[in-house]
Amino acid sequence: MSELPPFLLYFVAALLVAVTRGLPRQLILLATPVVTGLYLWLGIDPGANVAYTLMGYELTIVRADKLSLLFGYLFCIASFFAGIFSLHVTDTKQHIAGLMYAGSALGAVFSGDLITLFIFWELLAISSVFLIWARGTERALKAGMRYLVFQVLSGVLLLAGALVYYHKTGSLAFNHIGLEAGVAGWLIFIAFGIKSAFPFLHSWLTDGYPEATVTGTVLLSAFTTKVAVYSLARGFAGEEILIYIGVTMACFPIFYAVIENDLRRVLAYSLINQVGFMVTGVGIGTALALNGAVAHAFSDVIFKGLLFMSMSAVLYRVGNINGSDLGGLYKSMPKTTILCIVGALSISAFPLFSGFVSKSMVMTALMQENYGYFWLLMLFASAGVFHHAGIKIPYFAFFHHDSGIRTEEAPLNMLIAMGVAAALCIFIGSQPQYLYALLPWEVEYWPYDLTHVLAQMQLLFFSALAFVWLNKQGLYPPELHSVNLDAEWFYRRLLPAGAQRTLNLLRSAKEATLTTVTAHMRGMQNEFGKSPMAKYHLSESWPTGSMVFWISAILAAFLLLDLFGLGR
Amino acid sequence: MSDKKERTHLFDRPENVARLLKGFYAICILLVLADFVFHRHIGFDWEKIPAFYAIYGFVACVLLVLIAKKMRNVVMRKEDYYDE
Repeated sequence: MSELPPFLLYFVAALLVAVTRGLPRQLILLATPVVTGLYLWLGIDPGANVAYTLMGYELTIVRADKLSLLFGYLFCIASFFAGIFSLHVTDTKQHIAGLMYAGSALGAVFSGDLITLFIFWELLAISSVFLIWARGTERALKAGMRYLVFQVLSGVLLLAGALVYYHKTGSLAFNHIGLEAGVAGWLIFIAFGIKSAFPFLHSWLTDGYPEATVTGTVLLSAFTTKVAVYSLARGFAGEEILIYIGVTMACFPIFYAVIENDLRRVLAYSLINQVGFMVTGVGIGTALALNGAVAHAFSDVIFKGLLFMSMSAVLYRVGNINGSDLGGLYKSMPKTTILCIVGALSISAFPLFSGFVSKSMVMTALMQENYGYFWLLMLFASAGVFHHAGIKIPYFAFFHHDSGIRTEEAPLNMLIAMGVAAALCIFIGSQPQYLYALLPWEVEYWPYDLTHVLAQMQLLFFSALAFVWLNKQGLYPPELHSVNLDAEWFYRRLLPAGAQRTLNLLRSAKEATLTTVTAHMRGMQNEFGKSPMAKYHLSESWPTGSMVFWISAILAAFLLLDLFGLGR
Repeated sequence: MSDKKERTHLFDRPENVARLLKGFYAICILLVLADFVFHRHIGFDWEKIPAFYAIYGFVACVLLVLIAKKMRNVVMRKEDYYDE
């Protein structure tokens, strides 16, 4: 194999994009993922390693096996359709950030040691935040800052964990780590957990992603969380705690998604829900479950990308993405509507669409390992996904009541990008053997049998029936302009308010102390004034002043004596 | 809106919506009937309940929406809540 690390192609492309404009730049945007993808496919064999020695440490820049290659292909596909989607963008910094971000994601999944991983981990954070800041609004600036704090914190924890791990084991190799590695294991686990949006560590995602640029969100949804899922699968496969975390992640966001108004934020919540399925798969740790986790990451990047693209296309045309203000857009954007529905069917795991062939692996693994209650909860989450991402997103944007908005169909490049993603969703869903052949673990599995198809169809159709019934009864909560409190409340409201309160408390304490002390001093002075001592000359005025004066006079005398050598 | 008369779209006609819903209900009924005709593999005991998935899907979604609606009382704030 050749020595060239795949991420370098992206970094070079980022440089080229900085100095080109117009058609050459568009060609670079399209060629980079294609060339890199072909290079991964043809030029790198599983089992290849490229190591460099840096400052006495051996850094494995490229470690290729089926797991890292699968994510490598996936990231090339994602940056390909995201590239097409953003062809019309003239903002140079967005293109540079996008290519650096995709390149860092590739670098991270091919890292063979924890230090290399840490470097790309931080590069992911720094490059991606520009996709939020590029929006240029005050809100985006602040949200980007909060996003960056979380991401950098995750990097710092990873570095700390890596160093402790090295101290303990003498190795920096990034293989299975496990929580039994003690402090090091936990530090790295939480670092991965922040990037995978574990509950309470997730708010950077729902806060940041909806504030990003029209095209930036598409890239954001593809890389950060999937690098984290890859890292968990590599380092913490089979940790049971991940099942608890994953099931929580799959369940709690769907409640928020039902009442959220910003449709890109609804998708951000559903992103956490989907990552929940992957985390659960990693936690189960059997070959089938791990295959399910990474296969679901693969389909999720594509269908979630498609959904984000369709909502971004609406935002681009209408300038607004609040469910309360949209409706009836199928009249002016029929193609976008159909493509969005393909994404919605895929995320809901309809048979013949991509979500079905990957999510069912995790569900079957839960059943095989006899996790009955978790299985029920995940079934609830599956119905919930259909409810908010499968129905709510297309319904409130494109159908519902007519909002009176008349606009144009999405631009051609956006339609092509969505078309590519939609075709992949249907291809993976109807021909899953090609995806299964790429999966890292050896296991026989086929999703299409009568039980699976019938069960899934019943689940989905009756979830839809619930939606219809609730709407007809007038029980369905209307879309409202609002903010829903989530974990970010702790640092956006409680912490600042707490800090303000502490400051106020300290200020009043200072004032109270000063008043008391001054009163005492005055009292003592009055007492002193009554005493016979007060008649002496030195005590007439405020005593410290004259004391200081006389001490300085004495010191000056000593100085003079010393200068003239009289004291010796 | 423009002055010229806009063409009528697919779901502007109530009878089209009614047709869509009728088709949808028919599929729902067929899916439940299929449960009695075909034999599903059973992994957990509760799957033995007839039309288990249909009932579960319906109840899950109704509960989801009703709980989420209640949640609004606790978590919902004005849009500019954080901007103050």
